[in-house]
Amino acid sequence: MPLPMPEEEAGNALALRPSGHEDARRNTPRPRVLPLSIETDLAPHLAGARGPAAATAARILAETARLLGTDSLVPVASAHIDGCLFHGDAGVLFAETLVAGGGQVAVPTTLNVGALDLIHAGRVRFAAHQQRMAERMVAAYEALGCRPTWTCAPYQAGHRPGLGDHVAWGESNAVAFANSVLGARTNRLGDFLDICCALTGFAPETGLHLDRNRIGRFVFDVTGLSERLKAEEAFYPVLGSLVGSLCGEAVPVVVGLPPGVDEDRLKAFGAAAASSGAVALFHIVGSTPEAPSLAAALGRAEPAERVVVTPALVRDARDRLTTADRAAEPDAIAIGSPHLSFEELAALERGLAGRRTRLPIYACTSRFVWQVLQEEGRAEALEAAGVVPIVDTCVVVAPILPEATFDRPKVLMTNSGKFAHYAPGNTGWATVYGSLDDCVETAVAGRLVRDEGAWA
Amino acid sequence: MTDAPVATVLVPGPAVSGPILRLTEPLSFWGGVDPVTGRITDIRHPEHGQCVAGTILMIPETRGSSSSSSIMLELIRAGAAPAALVLDRVDAILVLGILVAREMGLSHPPAYRLPRAAMAELAGIAALDRQGRITCLDALPEQPT
Repeated sequence: MPLPMPEEEAGNALALRPSGHEDARRNTPRPRVLPLSIETDLAPHLAGARGPAAATAARILAETARLLGTDSLVPVASAHIDGCLFHGDAGVLFAETLVAGGGQVAVPTTLNVGALDLIHAGRVRFAAHQQRMAERMVAAYEALGCRPTWTCAPYQAGHRPGLGDHVAWGESNAVAFANSVLGARTNRLGDFLDICCALTGFAPETGLHLDRNRIGRFVFDVTGLSERLKAEEAFYPVLGSLVGSLCGEAVPVVVGLPPGVDEDRLKAFGAAAASSGAVALFHIVGSTPEAPSLAAALGRAEPAERVVVTPALVRDARDRLTTADRAAEPDAIAIGSPHLSFEELAALERGLAGRRTRLPIYACTSRFVWQVLQEEGRAEALEAAGVVPIVDTCVVVAPILPEATFDRPKVLMTNSGKFAHYAPGNTGWATVYGSLDDCVETAVAGRLVRDEGAWA
Repeated sequence: MTDAPVATVLVPGPAVSGPILRLTEPLSFWGGVDPVTGRITDIRHPEHGQCVAGTILMIPETRGSSSSSSIMLELIRAGAAPAALVLDRVDAILVLGILVAREMGLSHPPAYRLPRAAMAELAGIAALDRQGRITCLDALPEQPT
């Protein structure tokens, strides 16, 4: 069931190449003339003047704002919806209630992954009922006017709010990226609040919408780590995992990395930090827009806590991403959480260098990135080499990997801190963590290959 | 029988009772709790293997996925939700699952707020009334027939 993008939307969404920080043009949040409030600005919605779906959305939004201790709202420029992933029948029924109530998003809205690969039918092993409900979920969110992007990296599919823009985003990695790398402002919206914000165009004015809550409080000093480790792509998910596990909901500041850490590494760092902890905003001095200096990231105040990151702490965090026994051999590789960028797939191609793999490499990416590879004739070569493309979804949110049971344990090797975190609980597969090169060499050799050099 | 502090009502609901399950580490419901059975599936979690269904679930600290609200909604519809949710801080993620269940007309657990220091003093079986008064019991009360 492929879902063609309308021409102009596809054009917008095909700004694929990571564009660094040139979006960081505005230096201050847009000034607002009047504070908005539930009482005045949600009144038409609450009174039903915008239809039953808008009223439902407004009630949930108002109640959540009350629980968070505010009556103020902030208008949002865009939304990204995580609640569109199929978890069970209840979420589908809620979405269909919104559709039946005439719901239409009030701002440009993208969709996070769903539970179906809409490009490769049959890739997801659902029973008939679940398949039907997952399809209904897709149809409902598209009927609400959301763009069918189906990616957890909307920021690499053309949805890039600017520095200081207030937005309403869901999905923990997307939230961390929007706040930290783009400098946009969103809270970590739970499923359902995201669509309620999209339907009304407002979010509660709390948390990371406010300057004072964006100040870093918890410093991670990595100055003492080797340059070789800092140059290693696999270091960034590990560091993110360590930071998230130690700082919880606090805003962390990492100091001591080389300036201009690239976007894919920041994405991997944030996804891991948002999995092991509740990190929604991080600052990396010299790389993220609100951290030109340590003092700026800390709001010129003393940090609440400071951790000097040692090689032993890093190795320990890396080893916690592996749950399989030391002797266990991988059965498959999974990469692409968050969804692979164009550059990450190019790195996979370089690593494979024309070789065929003995183990499958599940490569999760967006339909936009995959479409470019198809047009350039590269998709076919990757598939022939042993890469299994997964589009619009991924291997930890949908039953794609062969079933693992207690009697038939399976081992997944990954370079993603987020996959390593969620695969055991969601798929039953044990994990082995390694770099992209380790993953590729393991897939080609058909047995575990890991280069320990950088971690010593 | 011990008296304990009164929890603040976040989302009101009926009086409930059940065994206390106090999470000793933060838990992401998405990826960590089976939405059909309520069993804790995160193998790294200290309470792995326990079941949240029917418990007075005490959560000193939250973490992880914003999809946890979806899991809470599915648990409620599947009849596998906690009897009550007790949080140290207002978590607009788990509570959202309850708010949406209420909006859909489903019977849902109440949510309360209680400082974690007070949570630490509670164990065994507890009853919560509509005002958030917590009473520790020796045994579960007889269910009305």
